[in-house]
Amino acid sequence: MAVEVILPRVDMDMSTGKISKWHVKDGEKVTKGALLFEIETDKAAMEIDSPADGILRNIMVGEGGTAAVGSAVAFIYAEGEAVAASAASAPAAAPTPAPASAPVHAALTPAAAANGNIPRATPLARRLAKQAGLAVNAIQGSGPRGRITAADVRAASDAKPAAPAPKAAPVAAPSNDQVQKLYAPGSYEAIPVDGMRRTIAARLTESKQTVPHFYLSVTCTIDRLKAAREQLNAAAPKGADGKPLWKLSINDFIIKAMGLALQKVPEANVTWAGDTILRHKASDVGVAVAVEGGLFTPVIRSVETKTLGAISVEMKDLAARARARKLGPAEYQGGSAAISNLGMYGIEQFTAIINPPQATILAVGAGVERFVPVGGQPVLATQMICTLSCDHRAVDGAVGAALLQAFRGLIEEPLLMLA
Amino acid sequence: MSLRELTYAQAIQEALAQAMDADPNVFLMGEDIGVYGGAFQVTGDLVHRYGEDRVMDAPISELGQAGVAVGAALAGCKPVLEFQFSDFATLAMEQIVNQAAKLRFMLGGKVNVPLVMRFPAGSGTGAAAQHSQSLDAWLAHVPGLKVVQPSTPADVKGMLLAAIDDPDPVMVFEHKLLYKMKGEVPEEPYRVPIGKAHVVRKGRDVTVVATSIMVHKSLEAAEALAKEGIDVEVIDLRTLRPIDTATIIESVRKTTRLACVYEGVKTLGIGAEISARIAESEAFDYLDAPILRLGGVESPIPYNPQLEKAAVPQVPGIIEGLRNLVTGRV
Repeated sequence: MAVEVILPRVDMDMSTGKISKWHVKDGEKVTKGALLFEIETDKAAMEIDSPADGILRNIMVGEGGTAAVGSAVAFIYAEGEAVAASAASAPAAAPTPAPASAPVHAALTPAAAANGNIPRATPLARRLAKQAGLAVNAIQGSGPRGRITAADVRAASDAKPAAPAPKAAPVAAPSNDQVQKLYAPGSYEAIPVDGMRRTIAARLTESKQTVPHFYLSVTCTIDRLKAAREQLNAAAPKGADGKPLWKLSINDFIIKAMGLALQKVPEANVTWAGDTILRHKASDVGVAVAVEGGLFTPVIRSVETKTLGAISVEMKDLAARARARKLGPAEYQGGSAAISNLGMYGIEQFTAIINPPQATILAVGAGVERFVPVGGQPVLATQMICTLSCDHRAVDGAVGAALLQAFRGLIEEPLLMLA
Repeated sequence: MSLRELTYAQAIQEALAQAMDADPNVFLMGEDIGVYGGAFQVTGDLVHRYGEDRVMDAPISELGQAGVAVGAALAGCKPVLEFQFSDFATLAMEQIVNQAAKLRFMLGGKVNVPLVMRFPAGSGTGAAAQHSQSLDAWLAHVPGLKVVQPSTPADVKGMLLAAIDDPDPVMVFEHKLLYKMKGEVPEEPYRVPIGKAHVVRKGRDVTVVATSIMVHKSLEAAEALAKEGIDVEVIDLRTLRPIDTATIIESVRKTTRLACVYEGVKTLGIGAEISARIAESEAFDYLDAPILRLGGVESPIPYNPQLEKAAVPQVPGIIEGLRNLVTGRV
């Protein structure tokens, strides 16, 4: 709020005052206590100091002009503060200083303030609404003249769906005993659930319950991919120990292709964070590794910067340590996408469950030989069905499709991974 | 501590006697306080016990009496002045406001004015406009004075003794209708602190800050409202200057509603000050309803008995006002 510059009473029986000189011009900066203007009296020129820091504007009484004692002759605006259209409308508050009116405005939502419609609400209602994160003017008031009371805010806050907590209320699962009762005693072995199992159960249940999944499938022809792999493996130089520096798997190509595809379609390289969507700069891709009794999904960071050889070596190391249960949390947390490959088990197609907070997971099936039409003639080709699960909060259908297209493009023409 | 039942007037007399016993500098002055025993029979037989030098009948000149009191106080005495009606404070205003209240400040703390003035105040006795006012807020407006308004026999004895002890001028407002009120009063001398309000009745739904006889009317209203499921907290303000804002803030934070009930004219009365203090305090964020003031009408107190009653808050009006406030109708 702009601070009023009031014409003070400087003489006993003074009702009006004449401003003899302004020491500051309109638009100039002033500091509190600095000389602002002079009032002409019978005795002498009285110097009047500035009541605040800021910029002097709306000088309503010029040099030689007269004003009533106690009236505003100008305003001091804070730097960056919007100047009122007309000086008269600026001081909406009573002569009390600006801070008194600030708390009321702080409680307004921008919408209410912008259209000048301040909702009737008690101070307590405003405080409770602010605490509950509710907009005061969105609440129905039951008080006189539509006044919003504390009771109204409490009712609105109870009706509001629970804050988007990462965990929804868990569905009541049947208890251990209830389930065991369904089966004849001795017909089963009760295996205790360990930490990893519990984590998998909790996280994937949470994922299925809270993440809106949808699924997109493409069929990739991988003959050129297989050929490229053979060529590269054959050409692998020998290391100091006499072993080849790399032995690439189809999965290594898949990881690289996914990493590059995420860079081509950055809208798919995202994480849902509730109030924001995080668009990641690097492609950190998690790769599902089956271990005894469960699975881990170690993350390869910045895939787009790594060569196939480096990815291959890193993947082998991560998989070995995963099986030995020697992975650190930093190695399996985060990431924006994941890959799960059940091709080695002969699975042709499946849908995977997203690992939050990642937004996608690619389920890769086995390479299967089929006859496909090429130029009207049946041609033998090896095809692999890949199914992408997407978190619809962060990734829409078109974005998921673009990602999958980019991925397939690289898989079907691996040389493009070099471009 | 031995308690026995005394009337409000008897409690005052006991306080005066005990003060005079304890300190030879304490003396009383007023119109008809000697052999007549005081207009409201407060001083009673004190003149026979302490003599005319210490229980002085004064001529009809409140200004003169006040001037004597100021001078005596400056000279080291502790005068306790009895006004016949609080309305006559107007005649003594120069000595009260310009002298008693200010001399300590204007003489740089070199003097104190340890006087006490007692004012029978309020309406309900058919004494008409010039003998029925509540001018407590007038004097509470003056820095340099302390103003108290005890509402029970126990409080009036303790606050009067505290007032006589106080090195600064203290104005004591006594409601005429309370003089015959009975209550338990400790026998020995004791002090009730000036500047401390008292939560007489704890409640959940609304804070009532009341003074003097309105404390009792508010308690009556609270009993009636309890039957409707409305739980009223009643605070006896007791001191008008300085005001115990902290106690009121704590209460309003709990109940979220405030009502002030006082006999003085509503406009610019003690309720106006309390309302403003709460509105500018941290309790503001806890208010869930407008602040209600029930005070005297904007009129001299009428002579006609029905109109006289209608001129100040009464129990039915307090009940209705609080009910509307709590049920969200205002």
